Amino acid sequence: MLAYVIPLCLAIMTLALILTLLRLIKGPDLPDRILALDTLYINAIALIVLFGIWLGSELYFEAALLIAVMGFVGTVAVAKYLLRGDIIE
Amino acid sequence: MMTLFANRWLPQPLLSLCLLFIWLLLMNDLGFGHWLLGGLLGWVIPLLTQLFWERTPRLYKPLKLCLFFLRILGDIVFANLQVAKLIVGSSSKLRPAFVEVPVELEDDLALTMLASIVSLTPGTVSADLSDDRKTLLVHGLDVADEEALIREIKQRYEAPLKEVFTCSPT
Amino acid sequence: MNPWIEGLVAISLLLGSLFALIGALGLYKLPDFYMRLHGPTKATTLGVGGMVVASMLYFSNQGNGLSLHELLITLFLFITAPVSAHMLAKAALQQKLRLSDKTRGRPWEQ
Repeated sequence: MLAYVIPLCLAIMTLALILTLLRLIKGPDLPDRILALDTLYINAIALIVLFGIWLGSELYFEAALLIAVMGFVGTVAVAKYLLRGDIIE
Repeated sequence: MMTLFANRWLPQPLLSLCLLFIWLLLMNDLGFGHWLLGGLLGWVIPLLTQLFWERTPRLYKPLKLCLFFLRILGDIVFANLQVAKLIVGSSSKLRPAFVEVPVELEDDLALTMLASIVSLTPGTVSADLSDDRKTLLVHGLDVADEEALIREIKQRYEAPLKEVFTCSPT
Repeated sequence: MNPWIEGLVAISLLLGSLFALIGALGLYKLPDFYMRLHGPTKATTLGVGGMVVASMLYFSNQGNGLSLHELLITLFLFITAPVSAHMLAKAALQQKLRLSDKTRGRPWEQ
């Protein structure tokens, strides 16, 4: 059963990523673009976890955790830059 | 004497426990060595970062906090279903609103928790805290009644937090 | 693998990816920034949550013992998602982004 469900889920996730990408390109203002990038990395985590199940390898967990940490730092840094014009005060 | 010793060498027992727990999860193994190393990290990290903490947050009812978190988890799932329904439905029917919610919490950690919980639960995102820390600006995706929203946030989330973080018996 | 477990894994995978899709859909179609903020902070976090539950179930039934470390990802996202949403909302308030006309109430001056 999983042999059919996982490709379907991959397709759905790809669709989600495309929608986010459209918002990233279109986004009228900077906060919109940052929000789109934020969503993009969270969806990438889901995609990597899914890929790990497909290949039956636990190695992908580390990659997902690292993306979660780095993505958060990135979002906060860019939002802070918008807010203050400077990242480290 | 005993408490002085504990305060000096184990400044934040809860933080130490959390670190041990996270280390065991990260290793994904319950071997004796991992317990030892996790315990060591949980002991040393609070000691080394002691100067960094301005004031140790005090919990008065930890058990109550755990129960509260379980309820929040249920609320998060429910909130997701609700927001999913709103997003899939027609977006012209939504009634967005900015609502100012007065807060009475004073502790930093409690305020952070309240703002995070408001962001994670039904159709609301906390947008800003006023400079005097008395009002929380909340954006709702579909608000039928501002008063009801304020009442719900105060009763459902602020009251339990207040109980956990203050020492008064009420 | 036990067919019941396999079914559970499949269901949580499907639920997770559907939630992620709905979050992205919200990001794409809602009219103003503050409303778009709702999609990713809620729907997407649960999307990852669904995937993580599936992964935990799957790897715990591979015969190598319990696998719970995926919980860390969810824990981390639950802590960070509100913080980044709050920062973004503050940035948007400062830039005075256009509000949808129907919005009741106004944010205060920064």
